Amino acid sequence: MAVERYTKDHEWIRVEDGIGTVGITEHAQEQLGDIVFVEVPEPGRQAKQGDAVAVVESVKAASDVFAPVSGEVVEANADIATQPALVNEDAQGKAWFFKIKISNPAELDGLMDKAAYQEFVKETS
Amino acid sequence: MSAYSTANEPPKHTPLHRLNLDLGAKMVPFAGYEMPVHYRLGILKEHLHTRAKAGLFDVSHMGQAILVGPDHTTTALALEKLVPADVLNLAPGQQRYSQLLNEDGGIIDDLMLTRPASPAEVGRLMLVVNAARKEVDYNHISERLPASVRLEPLPERALVALQGPSAGQVMLELSPAAHALAFMTGATVRLGGIDCHVSRSGYTGEDGFEISVPAARVNELARLLLAQDGVEPIGLGARDSLRLEAGLCLYGHDIDEATSPVEAGLAWSIQKRRRAEGGFPGARRIGEELAHGAKRRRVGIRPDGRAPAREGTEILALLGERLGTITSGGFGPSVNGPIAMGYVPHGRALAGTPVNLMVRGKALGASVTGLPFVPHRYAR
Repeated sequence: MAVERYTKDHEWIRVEDGIGTVGITEHAQEQLGDIVFVEVPEPGRQAKQGDAVAVVESVKAASDVFAPVSGEVVEANADIATQPALVNEDAQGKAWFFKIKISNPAELDGLMDKAAYQEFVKETS
Repeated sequence: MSAYSTANEPPKHTPLHRLNLDLGAKMVPFAGYEMPVHYRLGILKEHLHTRAKAGLFDVSHMGQAILVGPDHTTTALALEKLVPADVLNLAPGQQRYSQLLNEDGGIIDDLMLTRPASPAEVGRLMLVVNAARKEVDYNHISERLPASVRLEPLPERALVALQGPSAGQVMLELSPAAHALAFMTGATVRLGGIDCHVSRSGYTGEDGFEISVPAARVNELARLLLAQDGVEPIGLGARDSLRLEAGLCLYGHDIDEATSPVEAGLAWSIQKRRRAEGGFPGARRIGEELAHGAKRRRVGIRPDGRAPAREGTEILALLGERLGTITSGGFGPSVNGPIAMGYVPHGRALAGTPVNLMVRGKALGASVTGLPFVPHRYAR
């Protein structure tokens, strides 16, 4: 069964069989507004937790997308690079950014579950 | 200590604050004000709507003031000591874009000047300055006026801009006199029973109007304009992308106290008589730049790919030599791609010159282009 965790940088990671699928949250896409550019990482890239590995830009500003956990990027979503607006339409579904093979599953314990993230959003907005 | 200091004060609200919130505005701090960055449509749709129909902008944060003197010549000559525009030969009702200059020819602020059309207002000039520069400008001007001319800030006046290809049609319904205005002229008219000063000008590259109105009546006016066919409220986000596509400077970004009007590509705003006679701050430097070219020039930059290059991005020659910096950059919704403006040395300013932009540590290809990115559609 997939486990879903959230970060303070407003990203989600869905973990299945040691592979985490990563994207930005619905709240993040709302805050960013119209997304016009996305850069996803090259598969094979080794990332440490917190490394900036992707970029998402709205009309307003550029934001980094971080690796929520350490590991190797195994796949990137080419669809969002060609259709950045997909991130506004389906941030927590079709518009995932990359998949990462998790090297240290213990790092997941430091992330928030859905309820904690919803509370975090409420507190910070 | 400045007479107009606003440091550390809580953000101010424009007289349209309540209406902005009711219209679903997302508010952000800007130049000491809480301003709408976008409304319900969002920046992208607001931008495209303004280019397709008409947008209403709350620009009440901008500084409105009048110079009051005994006659036009006295007031105009007093202002000509501070700006390089020909103010003396402004016809009644005529408006000009100019810059307040420091002694080095750097830009203290850019501003709009209007000679009122009405004979009752003889000896007056209306000024609109940037919100963030109000105090600086007002102090600078006041300190340099002769005894017979005084500066009166008009904090009790609000300002809205109606911009877009439908703006003329909207105005025709409300005031044929305002609709009849030519580009860069203004007049006092009644809109829905409200006395307003309307000029045919704006900051989007589109046809449009800027409407100065008593703060007490601006809500009524804004509701009236928003009730017209095709008019949507538009925030500062789209205002910024619209002006960038139109190749217009944003003070504090594309121009500042270290930038001369010639470097900034604003030589068109220095009329012949002033070039010949001088008599404005920095006239020597500006005269030399007009004759021989400035060391650096503001240019348009078009990134080859899809990645926007933001303000502060370094511009490099293909061999790596540092040329300058992006001063405004982002995504142009009408261009449907990234666009930017920045400064490059004189010899590199030719359209088509290939350059590299350092974005997140990577050199991305781009080329120098002419401005604007989207042709102006002013009512000439």
